[in-house]
Amino acid sequence: MNGLVRGSAAIIGAAESDIGSVAALLSPIDLMAQGIQRALEDCGLSLSDVDGVFCATSQARTSAMSLVEYLGMPDVYTDSTIVGGSSFEVHVAHAQAALAAGLCKVAVVAYGSTQRTVGRRGSSPREFNAYETPYKPFLPATAYAMAAHRHMHEFGTKREHLAEVAVAARDWALTNPVAWEKKPLTIADVVNARPISDPFTVRDICLVTDGGGAIVMTTAERAKSMAKPAVYVLGCGQSITHASITSMPNLTHTGAIQSGAQAYKMAGMKASDIDVLALYDAFTINTILFLEDLGFCKKGEGGPFVANGHIGPKGGLAVNTNGGGLSYCHPGMYGLFLLIEAVRQLRGERGAGQVKGAKTAIVHGNGGVLSAQATVILGTEATLR
Amino acid sequence: MPPESPLATYNAHLERGELAYQFSPSLGAAVFYPRVIAPKTGKADLEWRISKGLGTVHSTTVVHPQKGEPFNVALIDVDEGFRMMSRVEDVAPTAVAIGMRVKFRTHPAEGDEFPYAVFTPVENAQ
Repeated sequence: MNGLVRGSAAIIGAAESDIGSVAALLSPIDLMAQGIQRALEDCGLSLSDVDGVFCATSQARTSAMSLVEYLGMPDVYTDSTIVGGSSFEVHVAHAQAALAAGLCKVAVVAYGSTQRTVGRRGSSPREFNAYETPYKPFLPATAYAMAAHRHMHEFGTKREHLAEVAVAARDWALTNPVAWEKKPLTIADVVNARPISDPFTVRDICLVTDGGGAIVMTTAERAKSMAKPAVYVLGCGQSITHASITSMPNLTHTGAIQSGAQAYKMAGMKASDIDVLALYDAFTINTILFLEDLGFCKKGEGGPFVANGHIGPKGGLAVNTNGGGLSYCHPGMYGLFLLIEAVRQLRGERGAGQVKGAKTAIVHGNGGVLSAQATVILGTEATLR
Repeated sequence: MPPESPLATYNAHLERGELAYQFSPSLGAAVFYPRVIAPKTGKADLEWRISKGLGTVHSTTVVHPQKGEPFNVALIDVDEGFRMMSRVEDVAPTAVAIGMRVKFRTHPAEGDEFPYAVFTPVENAQ
């Protein structure tokens, strides 16, 4: 990617659809539409203002077609790029490019999933891979588990360090009224939970919920006159290093190294400039890998870095302040919720979970099995120059 | 007759007890999984080679299914310079460790399924 201009586009509206366990027989497109309506209401625009539609879900092969039909908007600019959970961070970059090129003036980025209601098998069937399927990997968990074992082997990362990530996410979730999980969690709870794919137990693995939502984007010029403060896109980057875990170039070094470098370069920023982190925590190892690969600690030091609650609400670094995919909400492709939380933090809307004075946020999406990495850096108007 | 697919060639070798892989002169490296062109260079110069069948466990996990016994899934770095997913057999799944030396054998075809490559610890290999 690049050729994008720092701060040329902004997120002006953000909202979840119904999340958690939604009403029976709601469709993924219902949830996208509900998210769009709420996100437009959030910024004071109406559907007739929208001329760009970006969306993805694992439950509709041609989701843009379905959504355009549902909304009755045949002439909008569309993009349904799908690279797993990071699709929406990629959409932000694509929407920024489309806005800059004049292909649209107001874009919505939408997601919907009913995976809890219909079951994982029905919502996200695994594709057959002749070189992996015979071994019955429990994907995606098995792939991330092998990355975790490799990290433990190379750097001495401890089982308890992984558990620290889940505990921090849970502690943040307890500040979020709409989080799925409502009860405290201990390291012992995580380690002693039902094993899934070693070293992971069920508590190292993201939730299985329903949910959806949308964000609204427009040009920086138009963003100034909206109902709420605009959140500007300062940097974007992406890297797709592989699709199957067998082809991952290095199990302990993700494409976030590249996507983060691109985003930091575009933003003219570094890790120490970031106030709030939203890192795609499909599994506990993810947070450790992305803290390292995005420069918040050195490679291999992510385990000790997260110890003693350092990334929890009482710690030194605000990571996954909504409770994350581990404890807030994870309908299968979580990337949109990272963006929603970053927008809320930068507007000062997060109540008990608010990071005081937050001006910058890094949003890092992850798709597939550590495959598609996409980074977005966001900032308040004060960060424009 | 259209040319045989890379997967069909790979499977035919497995049925003969051989672990086949490709080598690309333009890339100067082994290529796995088998393809019709080489990655990065884009050349159709892939040559089939037969591995000696020795490798090292790069990473490993034990899958705990809701029904049935736990089993191993591993990534094997084969000595000729490629990585593949497999299973290490003849040893408890929890005993499979990163760095363990392993040797290939064919898991025979069952029913409609193709044969596939599995590994055993070198000290147990026949």
